[in-house]
Formats: sequence, C-alpha cells, structure tokens
Amino acid sequence: MKVGLFVPCYVDMFHPETGIATLELLERFGLSVEYPVDQTCCGQPMTNTGCEREAAKTEELFVRNFGKYDYIVTPSGSCTNQVRNNMTAIEQTDAVKHVRSRTYELVEFLHDVLKVDAFPWAEFPHRVALHNNCNTLRNLRIASMSERREEPFSKPKALLGMVKGIEFADLTRPDECCGFGGTFSVFEEGVSAKMGQDKVTDQLKSGAEYVTSSDSSCMMHQEGCARRMGANLKYIHIAQILNGARA
Amino acid sequence: MTAELHEELTDPHGEHLDHGAASSPPLKSRISEPQPRGAKIRGNRPVDQSEAANRFMAATEHEAMHDARLWDLRQKRDKEMHGIEEWEELRNLASSIKEHTLSKLDYYLELFEKNATANGIKVHWAKDGAEHNAIVLEILRSRGVERLIKSKSMLTEECGFREFMAHNNVEVIETDLGERIQQLDDEAPSHVVVPAVHKLRTDVASVFAKTIGSDPDNADAHYLTECQREATRPLILSAQAGMTGGNFVVAETGTFVVCTNEGNADLSANTPPLHIASIGIEKLIPGLNELPVFIRLLSRSALGSPITQYTSHFRGPREGGEMHVVLVDNGRSERLGMEKFWPGLKCIRCGACMNTCPVFRRSGGLSYGATYAGPIGLIIDPTFNVHKYRNLPYSSTMNGSCTNVCPVKINIHEQIADWRKTLAGEGEISPVKKVMMKAAGEVLASPVVYRASLPLGRSALRHLPHFMLYNKLNTWGRKRDIPETPKQTFNEWYRKNRKSQSEGEKS
Repeated sequence: MKVGLFVPCYVDMFHPETGIATLELLERFGLSVEYPVDQTCCGQPMTNTGCEREAAKTEELFVRNFGKYDYIVTPSGSCTNQVRNNMTAIEQTDAVKHVRSRTYELVEFLHDVLKVDAFPWAEFPHRVALHNNCNTLRNLRIASMSERREEPFSKPKALLGMVKGIEFADLTRPDECCGFGGTFSVFEEGVSAKMGQDKVTDQLKSGAEYVTSSDSSCMMHQEGCARRMGANLKYIHIAQILNGARA
Repeated sequence: MTAELHEELTDPHGEHLDHGAASSPPLKSRISEPQPRGAKIRGNRPVDQSEAANRFMAATEHEAMHDARLWDLRQKRDKEMHGIEEWEELRNLASSIKEHTLSKLDYYLELFEKNATANGIKVHWAKDGAEHNAIVLEILRSRGVERLIKSKSMLTEECGFREFMAHNNVEVIETDLGERIQQLDDEAPSHVVVPAVHKLRTDVASVFAKTIGSDPDNADAHYLTECQREATRPLILSAQAGMTGGNFVVAETGTFVVCTNEGNADLSANTPPLHIASIGIEKLIPGLNELPVFIRLLSRSALGSPITQYTSHFRGPREGGEMHVVLVDNGRSERLGMEKFWPGLKCIRCGACMNTCPVFRRSGGLSYGATYAGPIGLIIDPTFNVHKYRNLPYSSTMNGSCTNVCPVKINIHEQIADWRKTLAGEGEISPVKKVMMKAAGEVLASPVVYRASLPLGRSALRHLPHFMLYNKLNTWGRKRDIPETPKQTFNEWYRKNRKSQSEGEKS
C-alpha cells in the first residue's frame, strides 16, 4: 500500500508538528508513506468563496502530486471533504476520480481502512475536549450528529479511547460550529470571533486541559481566541496524541 | 409564541411548569440596553449583514438572550425528535411529498381551485406582490372595509402588504403578539416563527409605552400581554375583514390549514364576515393523508412542541360570509425552474434552520436586511434580488446544521455553496473577495511562488501570508491572536529529515 501524505497549507505553515506526527504515526503501521514536496493546497479557499475557476490550477496540481498513490491521507477532514466532494473545477478524468475517491482524513483512514485496534505507545493522562470540524462531522460523517436521530458513534473518540489515561470533557454544545469557516474567519470576522469565544468558553466550562481535533484549522482559530481571552487551554492535533505525544 | 411563564407557575412538587413544552425559561434583563436595529438598507446596494451583526453583538445583553432563547428551541426540538422513532422517515416522506407536489404543481393548483370553488371559496391568482396587493385592495374597497385584522404571514412581508395598505387608507392590525410588537415598532419580523425574538422584554415595554400607553417601567410579560390584549381586542371586534396565511393547502379537498399557537388566525378569520387568505403557490399538498406528516414535523421542528395549539382547517365561507384565497407566485415559478435552487420551495417556514444557525443566533434576524433571514434566507433572498442580497450567502460557515434540522430535507448548506458559485460566475461578488481569490488561486497553483510567499519566523513579518491578507485588513488579529510561525515548515522539515526519500521520489 503506497500512501501519499498531504499536509494542508496551514498545517505546513503553522503546525509542522502535526504533519510530522501524521507521518510517524502512519509509518508505525508499516506503511510506505511519501510526501510529494511540490504540494500546496486542496483549493478549498477559492471553492468555498465560490471562485471555482480560480481553484482549477490548484486542483490540477493536487492531482499531479497525488495521482500515483493507493491512498492519500491528510490530517484534515475539511481538506478531505474538498477533494472528495467538491473538487469539481477540473475535468473529471480517471486520475481525478482516483484521487478524489482515495483521499482520506487521518482518523477515518485509521478507523475504516487500517482498522486500528491499539495504540500501545500512546498515553495521554489529561482531560481532553474533542472538537469535530463541521465538514468532518457532517460531510465525512466521522461521528453521529446531534441534529439527527441516529445511533451515537464517534470515530475519533473510538481511537482516542485506546489511549492510556485519557479522560474526556463534555461540551454543552459539542456540534456547534466554532466559527472558523475558512475565509469566513476573515470576511465575517466579527461573528467568527464571537463564535470562537463562545466555543472557548464552553471548553473552559468543561474543565478540559486540552482540546483536540482532527482539524488544525478550527483549532488555530480557537487557540487564537483562547490566547486573546487569556484562557488556560492547550490545543493539540489528534495525530500527536495518537502518535504518543505526552503533553 | 407564548410569553415567558412566571416563577409562581409551578406544579404541586414545585417544578416549573413547562407550558406545552413550547415556552422557554424566563430570561431576565437587569440592564436596559437599547435594542440594536437591523441592516442599513441603501436602495439596491448590497446589504452588509456583517455590519448589522457586529452592532447586534455589541449589544451583549441582546445577543446573549437571543442565542440562549433560540438554542433552547433547538434543544427542545432535539428532545421531540428523540421521542419519535420514525423521525428520519418522516423527514424523507415530507421531502418526497413536497417534491412530488412541486413537480406537478400546475395540476394540484388547478385541482385545488376546482375543489375550493366548489366549496364556495373565491380563488384569485396573483403573479407578484403588486398584483396580490391590488387584488386584496379591490376586495376590501368594494366592500367598504377600513380595518383589516390579520395573522402572521411571511408572504405578505414579501409583498410589502402593510405599507401598501397604509398608503391606501386601510388600517391593518396584526393579531400575532410578536408580529403586533414588530408592527408597533415599525420593524420587520426577525424570525419566521418568533418575529420579536430579538427583543428583550424591556424593549417591548418601551414600544408599548410609546404606542399603547403602558407603564414604561413595567416589563412583566403578563402585564405587557394583557395591555396588548386590552388595546387590540376592540380593534379585532370592529374589523370588517380578516386575513390569514396558510401553512398547507390541500388540493383534493379544496381546503387550507393554518397553524398558530395564539389562536389569532381563528380570531382573524372568524370574527369579521370576510376572510381573505394569502398563500404562496408552493404550499400545496395533494391530500389530507399527507397532512399529518407535516403537522407532526412542523411544531416539533419550530418550537420543540408536539403540535401547535391550534391547527385550523378552513373549508369554506360560513353562512352569510365570504372566503377568498389569493394564490401568489411572486418569483416561485421562476425558482421552480432553477436547477440548483428549486428545493428551497419545499420550505414549510418552521424556522428550525434559524434556531440552529450559529451565525443567525449571534447576528439577529434583522441583520440580513431581507424578508427571509438565516440559512433559508441565504438561499431564497437572492432569487428576489441577486445584487442586493449577493453578500448573504457568505454569512454562513457552511457547517451544515441547518440541513440536518430541516424537516423537509432542503440541502441548505449545499445551496449556499452553489449560490456562491453562481454569484461569482455572474460577477456578483465583492471586488475584495474576487481579487483575493484570484491571487490565492495563482499562488497556490505554483509550488515555487507559494513557498516564496510564506512568512516564517525568519521574516520580520510574523503574520499570515500575503495572499490571505490581500485586502490589507488584518481582520484575523482584531479579536484573535495570530498563530506563531514555527522555525520551519513541514516541507522544510521533510526535506531536511527525509531528504533521501523526497529525492528518490523526484527522480
């Protein structure tokens, strides 16, 4: 199984440790993982703003970079959703279809494809609040959704549950969007920041020491709000916890 | 919607009474904060929802109350949903029934007209708001009506009905309490079900003090309701005509159904001898067998109560009376022909998407500056005026909660994305967004240019890369700290630490 690692632009830029943890974690399962160095982005900023034409070249580049892999894995559900469900600015060739159907968010790859049942190296004796990115939750269906009448399940929780010592903190509005929303965070700054502050307040009330998520983008926004608010919360990507980060 | 209950309304065990599960816990405002007003309307210029939302959030008491109140409705909705095993099946059914009816709308409309006419109802057809208003005015004038009482109707908001009637010297009295508050305050409804939900009780006290002479310092909900009742009942009793909307129009029986919690539609319809119902053509359902599917979903989705207090079937004029139905198109036929946006016509106006929308709860419904606010508004309003409402589809994080709560399964968040594409394609996008996305598209398409654009710790510029800051407004940093840029990117780390692999891959 040949795996291509996609490290989204903001992870590359601001959270290289998340990329490293993802790479190391996948390698722990004996996979041959490559990172095509000419990668940039999935095209989501343009697509989400409605500027599909402007996303075309970035999408082409993505397919050129990742066409040869059996699976493309990325520590971002939001980017996975873009590739899988919204990469429509370019002609849907076989290569494009291959890339779109073979791109997985890290948690679903571990849970659904590798069917991992243990992380013997991982221990995280902390109280942790889980944040699900909205795309990851409602489009990739990584967990059950509070609005729907369905059997409760959570892939990230199932994986985190295998980590020694971890304790979950419950949020009062676990499914509520944190207000990042990609370019929304810049264009609609006021509402975005307020939603972020409310999310941080909920996390604080839960008694969490750490917040974790399979999406760095939401956490980048939440952490920005938390720091400005002087909130004592730490943000860590799920890849790091599963890879055995201690704190 | 009912007013809050008093603390003394408790059961024998001291438990607070949950009135039909539709009321909410009392939220008391201690300070008197002026009510923020809605979006500034400047002719046909694009509405700036963010500006109005920022003013709403600056009124912290209002924003906190608004968010808590609507979130409470969402939670009650969830509770009701969990009580119905076949909930998702009901949603599927409701969606299918609406899709079926919309796909044969001409047939069902004519069937309704035939059966309603046989029931003694006079059916009128209006292609737009102006025609609707003219038809109603003609009916009223020919019968010498000077005062009309009406129940809540979003359609008449679309038509600018009250304003039109005011210009034509017909007094219109809203009989829904929330809508009456909004009328007296000369403000549009901010929500399709709870039209004054953005107001604190102190705001209502101040409106009533100015308009019906209540005590400005008494913000007790029961007192205020009683004052309104005293002021409005005589007007209702002396009105010569009544108007209602219609939640469901039943084709096979030629009848229509109005759902309210205050019984005000019944007052409006039954007190005067003349009843006019203004109804959008998308409200059709085939028959009475289909009705319960919607009745079961409507109030549960809207308020988290099992059913509205009143579900009134109107079957024809009473003896000596008259009943008219005005079927209004006002852009609906055109919308029905829009490949991506026709499913919006399935909407039954429950407002669940508004209650769950995190942007709506923080912004207030009036911030949208349009008849329909919140998620459903984002996908309907541009069909009325694409330029004026071109910014609205951006007032969303596209989180998808709206789609999940929608009882008729409208793909709201997907349509929001589709509207953004459509608007950008038609050139109806703000220059800032356009320029920024063009730049981003070019930078991200080229690994070399992209790598060169990154700020990084070595640079004095410890902020986001330029393509994300093209508008020169570093809005990120106003209320959020900017992420620290690490010493090296992942790309650099990989080249340094896994060099052989990356070179091997390149060869």
